[in-house]
Amino acid sequence: MKLTRRDFIKSNAIAAAATAAGVTLPAAKTALAAEDPNAGVRWDKAACRYCGTGCSVLMGVKDGKVVASQGDPDAPVNKGLNCIKGYFLPKILYGEDRLTKPLLRKKNGQYAKDGDFEEVSWDEAFDVMAEHWKKALKEKGPSGVGMFGSGQWTVWEGYAASKLMKAGFRTNNLDPNARHCMASAVGAFMRAFGIDEPMGCYDDLEHADVFVLWGANMAEMHPILWSRLTDTRLTKKGCEVHVLSTYENRCFELADNGMVFVPQTDLAILNYIANYIIQNKAYNKEFIDKHVNFTKTATDIGYGLRPEDPREKAAKNAGKGKLTKISFEEYAESVSEYTLEKASKMSGVPKDKLEKLAKVYADPNKKVSSYWTMGFNQHTRGVWVNGLLYNVHLLMGKISEPGNSPFSLTGQPSACGTAREVGTFSHRLPADLVVMKEPHRKFAEKIWKLPNGTINPKKGYHAVLMHRMLKDGKMNCYWQQCNNNMQAAANLNDESLPGWRHPDNFITVTDPYPTVSAQAADLILPTAMWIEKEGAYGNAERRTQFWRQQVKAPGEARSDLWQTMEFARRFKMEEVWTPELLDQMPEYKGKTLFEVLYENGQVNQFPKQEVTDEAGNVYQNDEMEDFGFYAQKGLFEEYRMFNSAPDVIKKGHEMAPYESYHKARGIRWPVIDGKETLWRFREGYDPHVKTSDGVAKGDVKFYGKPDGKANIIFAPYEPPAEVPDKDFDLWLCTGRVLEHWHSGSMTRRVPELYRAVPDAVVFMHKKDAKKRRLRNGAMAKISSRRGEIVCRVETRGRNRMPEGLVFIPWFDAGRLVNKLTLDATDPLSKETDYKKCAVKISRA
Amino acid sequence: MRHSVEKSKDRGVSRRQFIGQTLKTACGVGLMGMGLGFYSKQASTLPAMAVRPPGALPEDEFLGACIRCGACVRDCPYDILKLGQLGDEVPTGTPYFSARTGPCEMCEDIPCIPVCPTNALDHALTDINEARMGLAVVVDQETCIAFLGLRCEVCFNVCPIRGDAITLDYQHNARSGKHALFIPIVHSDACTGCGLCEKACILDEAAIKVFPTHLAKGELGKHYRLGWEEKEKAGGSLVAPDAKHEYHLPEGVRYDLQGKGLILDAKSGDEIPVSSNPLDTLNRGLEGK
Repeated sequence: MKLTRRDFIKSNAIAAAATAAGVTLPAAKTALAAEDPNAGVRWDKAACRYCGTGCSVLMGVKDGKVVASQGDPDAPVNKGLNCIKGYFLPKILYGEDRLTKPLLRKKNGQYAKDGDFEEVSWDEAFDVMAEHWKKALKEKGPSGVGMFGSGQWTVWEGYAASKLMKAGFRTNNLDPNARHCMASAVGAFMRAFGIDEPMGCYDDLEHADVFVLWGANMAEMHPILWSRLTDTRLTKKGCEVHVLSTYENRCFELADNGMVFVPQTDLAILNYIANYIIQNKAYNKEFIDKHVNFTKTATDIGYGLRPEDPREKAAKNAGKGKLTKISFEEYAESVSEYTLEKASKMSGVPKDKLEKLAKVYADPNKKVSSYWTMGFNQHTRGVWVNGLLYNVHLLMGKISEPGNSPFSLTGQPSACGTAREVGTFSHRLPADLVVMKEPHRKFAEKIWKLPNGTINPKKGYHAVLMHRMLKDGKMNCYWQQCNNNMQAAANLNDESLPGWRHPDNFITVTDPYPTVSAQAADLILPTAMWIEKEGAYGNAERRTQFWRQQVKAPGEARSDLWQTMEFARRFKMEEVWTPELLDQMPEYKGKTLFEVLYENGQVNQFPKQEVTDEAGNVYQNDEMEDFGFYAQKGLFEEYRMFNSAPDVIKKGHEMAPYESYHKARGIRWPVIDGKETLWRFREGYDPHVKTSDGVAKGDVKFYGKPDGKANIIFAPYEPPAEVPDKDFDLWLCTGRVLEHWHSGSMTRRVPELYRAVPDAVVFMHKKDAKKRRLRNGAMAKISSRRGEIVCRVETRGRNRMPEGLVFIPWFDAGRLVNKLTLDATDPLSKETDYKKCAVKISRA
Repeated sequence: MRHSVEKSKDRGVSRRQFIGQTLKTACGVGLMGMGLGFYSKQASTLPAMAVRPPGALPEDEFLGACIRCGACVRDCPYDILKLGQLGDEVPTGTPYFSARTGPCEMCEDIPCIPVCPTNALDHALTDINEARMGLAVVVDQETCIAFLGLRCEVCFNVCPIRGDAITLDYQHNARSGKHALFIPIVHSDACTGCGLCEKACILDEAAIKVFPTHLAKGELGKHYRLGWEEKEKAGGSLVAPDAKHEYHLPEGVRYDLQGKGLILDAKSGDEIPVSSNPLDTLNRGLEGK
């Protein structure tokens, strides 16, 4: 070992200091040179496990265990940085209570709904599960089974599940937790642009002059992006930050214009801004003439509650999303009632602040990037409110260029890459195709080598409907992978739990830890997490990132991918398809679903091989070991036929070949000729917009729509489903904190993160607390019409609440805030509004 | 919260308590007899990591006033207060807490104070925000991950004197070039020394620690004043205001004495200071805008 001069001085100095202080240092610390901590550590890249930011990390593995980690200094998103959750990534794998064996509820050696969990073999687990699925399929048909997936699934896990459900079981009862998260954003993208996902990218963070946050607590939920936004605010002359929320969150610390508005009145504020732009003739006339259609949406659409709910019965156009073309003048007339006075009165935001906000949008010389997450999406008018913001950007032509960007941030690491892109929604197929359209089904059937008419044209049950159908006994088998819906889905007492515990239903939960969902299941399948399998995520800026399997999962835990594919072996084609269908392809008779779906000459086209990196390190791939072929690569390359084959129905989702992703720190699609796309829809940046098609240099074409024009969609203010009244006199808003990821199943098992934020608290205004004889730190009972929980009062924490509104984070398995929340959804996107319901609070 | 109204009302020292305390004192005397040198050494040096309860008098006075009755410990609803044990570095029988394992939760009614029979915990302290148990210090900028650019800020997030005792200083991260640093800064005029930050610090060894104020705090020379603060206090310059300055400047250059200094007016772009009407320029006067 070499001792440099500097080291020598250092260690001497330490020794001298120690002597002076009369301290004896332990021998190890005084050793002249410490052992190299990187000796024998193999480093490889991965995408961070948590949010939609998509930071890249390097994981250090030694002796089959992750022993070290670091932010990836070469990753453009995070440049070596992490948030506090990312700092502790290795620890999420090593919680003491990892599940390592399948567990089945049993009594007297037999499966029993009311039995206790006992360890079983994988064979027994799948046998019992398949028996129930076959029974449900026989009795109820394809709609009798369903799967609940995840925006935290790897890309191929979502793809394999989509194929299993849609092609195999011929049911569209597949939905991801992105339904609770991004569905409203998706709906608005499709309505406005005809193609999903943002036109901009994170580079907007360095190019905008003004940032506006609409219901996004970026400071805590997208920590590294917030750090980029903050840096631009610090270093760019004239940069402004406007923040809108229903309470003061941490983003207000940076805000030049912070606005707390009455819940739901974002609808009014956005229409006011459009009105301001029109009244002041600030709109970009050339842009809207060339690139925009004006429409209005059906109104009085209800709240996505059960049809017998009086609020649904009262709605004239429950669930309707029809768009009607209108003229610019009609649009101008529609927004004209949203004056500054009206918007200010409804929202409670002072006029000068609203006007300041309207002015930055209306200023043609200011580049504006708008960001939103759950404040917009978890909203009974989520699709509308997303659209209203696009209206503002489209009126000004502030879109699809550096710095001018309406940007939907995603919550989950692969809400885009998996949940949206590979078609895990109950109405979708891969690459933006939908089950309702025959050409789309036919295209999918061709790629999947299926007989005509295999794919069910009927939309499946969405996430919230699945729980209702379970409760009503109409769907009897449910398989949840990679999330924790019993802690997430609203109205636990009345819907989720009765559905899961319904005696006719068989609930399977695939989980690495004993979560609330696992507790409520009948069968628990232990899973391999994150880097215990080869994976891929797609972040919010269309960036697809891959990683290799770094370590082996503990015990008998097997990845979601393995479970999905392996389960398919339990079904003969005759058990899942009709004879008529099989007669079209008699070669499938007698085969298993596994053979038809995954040994189809495409998914299994890459034989078992050694996975290596550039340095020659060899990596495990447990799925390849088991199946005898490179399943991840085969699935991805088959999926790529949906987005990159020459005859694709919807262009604009092109991806690079499998191996390129293992080499790159993520690649942003569409990828054409090996080049990625930063800003979509603009000539010069987007290869799909070409001068040879008659588009002027640097001009825009919204090619997701047949006429190349985007939709401005008028939608009015409509009230929320439940508002505070004399019995339940406070608004409840739920959400997250920086230190914990979602339901806390991983981060609450990291001792340091648990210590930093151990339990959920109710953030409330001091006066609201005092009125209820509560002090900071006191235990309070929070109740809604649906349930109650107890937690400590926080009047001085990170969130500063206005009077009349309280906030409770949902990470805490010990305090299930979803007992309180209402299962009202946006009727168009079917996404639950977790931000607004009525509660009351008293001393516990 | 466990504390009750009855308890805080019952401030007097009961006969039973008195006997108990007297016994403890007697034991204390006995101890001294057993090892006076050991005890006196112990009594004079409170270890840096032991923090006294809110309202504790300065350490010397506190040791004189505290009768080691343990009432404050008994009434702490969070059970964070401990009594120094024989062999501890904390004087035997005196109350303290360790921020890393059990910080003061800063109860609004401060139940530990009214039960103190001798005012060793000063009864004049009724607003917990005024407590000065110690002072939090970011002791290690090399390991505090905020200084490295990571998004942590746990100390800031858990601080009960929100936005006053710990603030974040936003700085440009020159290494990454496009991220900001969120640097925690502790302010002694607001920090109570409760230690919630030290407890919550996610490092293996906390980078923020609560120290007794005299160890944590530097002191500016008594002669020196901060000019900008004095000026603000006085509402203007302490001496006669500066005379008006004029400069030889070429065309297109201005000088803003109190502000930006030399200003080279842009020749183009949206900051052009000249109106399209030459009369405006001619009539605006020197340095006029």
